[in-house]
Amino acid sequence: MLEINKLHASVIDIENSEILNGIDLTVNKGEVHAIMGPNGSGKSTLANVLMGRPDYEVTGGDITFQNQSIIDLAPDQRAHLGMFLAFQYPAEIPGVRPWQFLKSALDSKAEATGEQKMSVRNFSKLFDEKVQAVGINPALVKRSLNEGFSGGEKKRNEMLQLEVLQPTLAILDETDSGLDVDALRIVAEGVNSMRSPERSFIVVTHYQRLLNYITPDVVHILVNGEIVKTGGPELALEVEKDGYKEYLSTSEVTA
Amino acid sequence: MTLVTSPDAVDKFSSAYEKFTVEKATSPNWVKKLREQAWSTFSEIGIPTKRRGNELWKYTNLQPLTALDFYAGHSGSVTTARIKNSAPWDDDWHTLVVVDGKFSSELSRINDIDGLQLISLNEAIETETDDLKSLLATLAGKEEYAFSALNTAFLDDGAYVSVAEGVKIEQPIHVVHVTSESVESRAVYPRLLVDARAGSSIVLIETHLNIATTSQFSAPVVEIFQGESSSLRHYRVQMENEISFHLGTTRVSQQSDTDFTSTSFAVGAQIARNDIHSLLDAPGASCTLHGLYMTNGVQHQDQEISTTHAKPGGTSDQFYKGILSGKSQAVFSGKVIVMRDAQKSDASQKDLNLLLSRGAEVDAKPSLEIYADDITASHGATAGHVDRDTLFYLQSRGVDEESAKAILVRGFAEEMLNEFEPTALYDFVERVTDERIPVLLSESDTIGTA
Ligand SMILES: Nc1ncnc2c1ncn2[C@@H]1O[C@H](COP(=O)(O)OP(=O)(O)OP(=O)(O)O)[C@@H](O)[C@H]1O
Ligand SMILES: [Mg+2]
Repeated sequence: MLEINKLHASVIDIENSEILNGIDLTVNKGEVHAIMGPNGSGKSTLANVLMGRPDYEVTGGDITFQNQSIIDLAPDQRAHLGMFLAFQYPAEIPGVRPWQFLKSALDSKAEATGEQKMSVRNFSKLFDEKVQAVGINPALVKRSLNEGFSGGEKKRNEMLQLEVLQPTLAILDETDSGLDVDALRIVAEGVNSMRSPERSFIVVTHYQRLLNYITPDVVHILVNGEIVKTGGPELALEVEKDGYKEYLSTSEVTA
Repeated sequence: MTLVTSPDAVDKFSSAYEKFTVEKATSPNWVKKLREQAWSTFSEIGIPTKRRGNELWKYTNLQPLTALDFYAGHSGSVTTARIKNSAPWDDDWHTLVVVDGKFSSELSRINDIDGLQLISLNEAIETETDDLKSLLATLAGKEEYAFSALNTAFLDDGAYVSVAEGVKIEQPIHVVHVTSESVESRAVYPRLLVDARAGSSIVLIETHLNIATTSQFSAPVVEIFQGESSSLRHYRVQMENEISFHLGTTRVSQQSDTDFTSTSFAVGAQIARNDIHSLLDAPGASCTLHGLYMTNGVQHQDQEISTTHAKPGGTSDQFYKGILSGKSQAVFSGKVIVMRDAQKSDASQKDLNLLLSRGAEVDAKPSLEIYADDITASHGATAGHVDRDTLFYLQSRGVDEESAKAILVRGFAEEMLNEFEPTALYDFVERVTDERIPVLLSESDTIGTA
């Protein structure tokens, strides 16, 4: 489904600002990959580059999604192909109500893919259902998108959008950070219920806590913009116990 | 040989003034006197220009206005259908239509309600009540301000709203000031006087528009007198065509425990200035002046907003938002004066601007002039661009760039639009905004181009 080949990326318009130093990663249909790594290692950068954030420039390598190179596609075109990013720090958007925004997101996708737009009535039903499922206070979604939301509320709102948009590849960047236990379970249940042979996940996390609920198929350790180790779910347990010391020193040596 | 220089552009108005005084020879003496005084004020100051070192006009250049010649041409016909088409409208509202400054009883729809008087200003003058004499042109006209003086010099009809003590009117009173079609450019002087007695409560909507395709000049004056404990919800919609000039003056005087809340929607004219001043003339008055302005092309929008706290315990809140594109300009000049007597006053000022193009420019100068020591005040102004992070956020969810920009611009306007409470009015400003946003974005060059 997703193939990342020797991906190099740096901050746009800043020389020698390389953050991703040759990432190779393949995510097959139906798989859940966890990405772990120390602060500042490039996890969010990878997630954002996958989604096409204009702040970064791909300086080498390629990304293919559904057998198509997506490097030159705009973020919305990537979304139309079925990609989704749940942000580590979701933007606050004054004056934009989640309901309206999600409806236009779905409409844009329908327009791009030539599908029929969902009726307001059906959309409202779906929306209300999902609002309940992710446990967002309905009063919140009447407010501006994320404006004045607490950290946890913002994350729940990301889950709401994930569940409404039903992407084929969902990238979750620390959606579990800053959540209380109930919210954590909601995120995990959301992911588990959406897990299907046709849908894949990349879950960026610092904690084994989430992986107790969502058992990943593959775990990667990202250090200094490189994947330094790939393994099974047991790798996450090792990290929990020993930290990243071992990888930090090796990568310093190679650097 | 001596060169006689007359103040800028007074000449353009003097023959019209002479003709006017001949026509109005039978006006009551007190009205004639008001006109004469105002004319002499105007003749001294003329049309203000930048180069006169005038701080009030530093950012607004009226040269395009002074370049015009004004004719006393005939007014074109205006129909209700035409007004409904271009102004907010609700059959249940009390509607007063003023065409080229003249009250039109055919186009107005006035329902009979005890304690509410909605008549032409001429009729009010003819009845010669002492009440009117004690109010007319006392707030606007005697001051040293060119456009209220000019309007007063040509004082001739308009609308008069009087609400008796304790009377609360639910349906909005809508005053439509319309400039009709004419081949030539004309100067029109609409006037509205509102006498809201103690304990009364009304909703007042003012719409300023022209249905002309030519360049027109309108210098409306609105005077509002609020008796104690009265409440007035005011809305102002200003949307003349983009080659016209609007130089509006609004003067409000508030007695104790009054509430004046105003929201303006200013999107029209080539050069528009909305000059509003409220005087908190007694303790415990509250004044809220909010507004949204949108400009594109070479439009110029100037919000000249001031509040004077003369007595203690008053609250004032100025909050404007602007969306600018193309090579347009906006000025926010917000002033709050807290006099020595006005202890325990609370004043806040804010002007937030969204610049959609590099060629757009905003000059924001919020200022507080404080002579009392025990008060609370805050002020601030910002000018920003559409945020790239938010744009990316929306796009990542599948919204294309153009729609994402439109959503963000609309989101910026939302809180002001929400202040327009009467349904038909909200629907109107919302529609105008939604139609305007694509135009603003088509002249935009600062976002999403990285
Ligand atoms: N737009 C940017 N401009 C400048 N530097 C950037 C930018 N984005 C990322 N960086 C830098 O790149 C490095 C990787 O950042 P990134 O956010 O990807 O880390 P992370 O692995 O997600 O960390 P965390 O675990 O703290 O979320 C950091 O040093 C960061 O400061
Ligand atoms: Mg991160």
